[in-house]
Amino acid sequence: MKEQLDNIQKQALTEIQNASDIKSVDDLKIRLLGKKGELTAILKQMGKLSAEERPVIGQLANEVRQVIETDIARRREQLKSLDTERRLKKEVIDVTLPGKRTEQGGRHPLNIVLDELKEIFKGMGYSIVDGPEVEETKYVFDMLNTDEGHPARDMQDTFYITDNILLRTQTSSVQIRTMLKTSPPIAIISPGKVYRNDSVDATHSPIFHQCEGLVVDKGITFGDLKGTIETFAKRLYGSDVKIRFRPHHFPYTEPSAEADFQCFKCGGKGCPLCKGEGWIELLGCGIVHPQVLLNCGIDPDVYSGFAFGVGLERLAMMRYAIDDMRLLYENDLRFLKQF
Amino acid sequence: MDLSMKWLNDYVKADMPIKEFVDGMTMSGSKVETYRDLSEPLKNIVVGKVVQIEKHTDSEKLWICQLDVGKDAPVQIVTAAQNLYVGAVVPVVLDGGVCIDRHNNTVMKIKKGKLRGVESFGMMCSFDELGMENSDFPYASPDGILIFNEDPDFDKFVIGEDITKAVGIDDTVVEFEITNNRPDCLSVIGLAREAHATFRLPFELKTPVFKGIDGDINKELSVTVENKKLCTRYMAAKVKNIKIAPSPRWLAERLRASGVRAINNFVDITNFVMLEYGHPMHAFDARYVEGNKIVVRNAEDGEVLKLLDDKTPELKLSEDMLVICNEKEPMALAGVMGGLNSGIREDTKEVIFESACFDGVNVRRTAKKAGVRTESSSRFEKGLDPENAKNALYRALELVELLGCGEVVKNVIDVYPVVKEPKRLKLDSEWINSFLGANIPESEQIESLKRLDFAYDETDKTVTPPAVRIDIERPCDLAEEIARIYGYNRIESTVPKLASHNVLTPVEILKAKLMNIMTAQGCRETMTFSFISPKSYEKCRIDESERKSVEIINPLGEDTGVMRTSLIPSMMEVVTRNINNRTLSGRFFEIGREYHPVGDKNELPVEKEVLICTVYGDGEDFFTIKGIAEEVLGKCGVSPVFTSLRSNRSFHTGRCAEITAEGGKVIGVCGEIHPLAAENYGIDNTRVYMLVIKLEELLECSDSDVKYTALPRFPASVRDLSLVCDSDVSNGEIGGIISKNAKHLESVRLFDIYTGEQIPEGKKSLSYKLTFRKADGTLTDEECDKAVGKIINALSEKNITLRT
Repeated sequence: MKEQLDNIQKQALTEIQNASDIKSVDDLKIRLLGKKGELTAILKQMGKLSAEERPVIGQLANEVRQVIETDIARRREQLKSLDTERRLKKEVIDVTLPGKRTEQGGRHPLNIVLDELKEIFKGMGYSIVDGPEVEETKYVFDMLNTDEGHPARDMQDTFYITDNILLRTQTSSVQIRTMLKTSPPIAIISPGKVYRNDSVDATHSPIFHQCEGLVVDKGITFGDLKGTIETFAKRLYGSDVKIRFRPHHFPYTEPSAEADFQCFKCGGKGCPLCKGEGWIELLGCGIVHPQVLLNCGIDPDVYSGFAFGVGLERLAMMRYAIDDMRLLYENDLRFLKQF
Repeated sequence: MDLSMKWLNDYVKADMPIKEFVDGMTMSGSKVETYRDLSEPLKNIVVGKVVQIEKHTDSEKLWICQLDVGKDAPVQIVTAAQNLYVGAVVPVVLDGGVCIDRHNNTVMKIKKGKLRGVESFGMMCSFDELGMENSDFPYASPDGILIFNEDPDFDKFVIGEDITKAVGIDDTVVEFEITNNRPDCLSVIGLAREAHATFRLPFELKTPVFKGIDGDINKELSVTVENKKLCTRYMAAKVKNIKIAPSPRWLAERLRASGVRAINNFVDITNFVMLEYGHPMHAFDARYVEGNKIVVRNAEDGEVLKLLDDKTPELKLSEDMLVICNEKEPMALAGVMGGLNSGIREDTKEVIFESACFDGVNVRRTAKKAGVRTESSSRFEKGLDPENAKNALYRALELVELLGCGEVVKNVIDVYPVVKEPKRLKLDSEWINSFLGANIPESEQIESLKRLDFAYDETDKTVTPPAVRIDIERPCDLAEEIARIYGYNRIESTVPKLASHNVLTPVEILKAKLMNIMTAQGCRETMTFSFISPKSYEKCRIDESERKSVEIINPLGEDTGVMRTSLIPSMMEVVTRNINNRTLSGRFFEIGREYHPVGDKNELPVEKEVLICTVYGDGEDFFTIKGIAEEVLGKCGVSPVFTSLRSNRSFHTGRCAEITAEGGKVIGVCGEIHPLAAENYGIDNTRVYMLVIKLEELLECSDSDVKYTALPRFPASVRDLSLVCDSDVSNGEIGGIISKNAKHLESVRLFDIYTGEQIPEGKKSLSYKLTFRKADGTLTDEECDKAVGKIINALSEKNITLRT
């Protein structure tokens, strides 16, 4: 019997090695080790053996079984990995073929920049206020110290609907409406479309966008204006940005200023981007003129405030290096897709 | 304002490096746009004198000249110029020098060389090659070498002197952007005052004086100001025995640097004074002041005036224009321009100078109406100081005597009914510091103001600004003056502690949400103009009742004449432009405003915000735009109902749906653009789909209050129903019947539509998957059968039957 077992093991190992696929290995396993398998058949004959032989043969049979089992498992594993290898080889693809995309849309570059501004000012506690674009002259000019006879009121600069109604030339009208309606403290930004009688070219458009801001409270100072604009510029352009304030003139603020940031391309040395000046204009701002506060029923002896106005087109054009304003309104998909 | 640094230096020695000067001026409030060195790019050019001329032995046209250029030995130059002679004083470009090649718009570098075997060590040049004009040297031949011998200042030329110095272009011109409130800075003296304050440099301002000759102007001229509101001061002076001639070089070069062409001494004096003092003047030929009378009055309708510039056609005057007249007719448009007739000519013998102060608004309107904007009108329109009129007139008379070109009658006429009182303002240094958030000592505040020529009265702590500073009216104006001289950037930056906090409006939140949904739908945001052509309503077949628009009185053109009442035309433009650019499919959206006029024209229109979306091209159909609508509205918590709409003329009558929310409120419309409307835009083989949602209505219906629903704990039963019905029955109707009659129904989904074999003509088959579920237990087959049976009964009542 020992011989028989040795033969089975020997033959089994050869057959296992010769099995060429997983199925043959599985079949072999049944034939050799299954209930009706060869090894089982031999074990059934154990009863015929003497009491001394039985444990010896029994142990041997178990050893043979174990050897065959192990070898089957080994061969199976081997064949499986060959199989996998073959399959993967067959399934090779060209990974440089284009991907399948679910195309997202996108926002207009002006609104991307506006969103950023809104986030910055929301974070500083400002509310966003909206107002009419077709507006009364008094809110756009009269109450902002821009009297009759001021050049800004000319037909060549402003679109009129009637003598007293026009397309707002600045979103400052929203500030007036807010001051008339709300008592201080006030902290708002008023983004929106504004209109000027300019023909369309690379740097002009009859419709463009502004984001103005207004703060009115007790004890607001010029220093507060500076600090606010600096914080805003740092959030927009990074904490390294350098800001300077230059005296300027607006009828509705006194003192008035323009804030410039140092050209990030040349670091202030002067280059074509900053037209050799080393600085690029960011916005206009100032302390709200006491007459404007008075016009809105706010006592300038108690309250003071500051205001500022940013042109979104300029910011967006600078951010994305867009050299022609017309692109912003042509809505060419090939342009819009870039943002 | 172009400022000649040489001229400025007559008052303030600002001889620091130019960069330092422009930066300093910019930071104290006089913004420098740019500056340029007038001598650029000329190099190594000197004044030379021809001492010998010989003919070139090997050429008909060439001359060999020996030039004295102030060195030990003369310089030999070979030239083809034919206008030279011994003794001619000319510009000489020496070896290595640079001049200008106007024809090729480049610079020319001159090197020694040989011409037909003869050595030449430089070049003599023309005014062109110096970058100058014939008007700078009226005596020069336009195509020969520039010869200085006829120059009025010939005696001042020094042989060997650098040419830029000799012709006065050794100067730098600084271009300032002067704000509207500072007309005083449209002058050399105004900017000198600023430079004085900015750099703490001494400032020398002399009061102009003239000697005059005996006589009484009142015997020779009378001035009547009829409109004292528009003319607050009128001064006149008379100059006799005048000699019209070119101005001396120092005067002409200052004008030229300021961008003004020299004409003759009298015209130049008025321009010079305007640039120096910022106060425009005018000069009349006394012969044409008929009746020896000057009358300042409004023009009469029908009067005409031919202006001095000789370009504009005869001007028809109107009653609102202020004119300077003689006994009979207008001689000048006040503050704008003189008339051609009364102007200075070559043979003028007596001149009347005018120095007056006119109302700014009137000057601006007149100039605009006349279509001429002059250096004079642009100064008057900002509002000028009447006190300065006297300085200007006296300076002009001083110059006449300095140039020796006429005799000034000793007294002048001055009609000045209301003398301007100097302003006095209290200086409250504490208030200024608290207003600015600064800590500038009172002494420094006073010092800053004094540097700007403000007078300070210690007894009552008041300041008086210089008369020309018409912009100083209130304490906050003083604060600005002090701050800008102290330095804006030296004031400490602080961040206010805002007592307010951010409040987001529901519309703001909704719009942010819509933006996210729309971009997720693959749509690109557009930005269109809110004014459109009134013709686009017809092109888009928009209903007559929707066409009444807010009209712009002065539009850029007809194409932008009205404020839109619909965004459909704007979007059609977007689609058209993209199709024309060969972008054959696309998805766009915009949140924009419609402007609806109300009955009364003097009331503001209603501005309504809408979301518009358009899709066109491959793969897009009615159901993609409807899908977008469903997604948008679903995310806003609205379950929309789509009902066929045939009455909207902009849309395909069979492919348009009105969108309503529960409760029946109309919130929008979607569909295919009417083929005729598309055709009007030249779109013939692309179908365009649009969706319009009204934001206000959407906001009313939207429900952002999301609550979690428990996940089902019991299994569902699914049944398929294949139905047959008349082909005009809609999915919506069937769905409605199913939902209304079902018990335990969780969802209905249409999965197949079929017409063809086995289905009779005029009928169609629709297949639905119905899912039933109970929340509190397992649904039995019996319960489910019962529910389905009820649905089938209800359907069959409407003649919708099970397919067999």
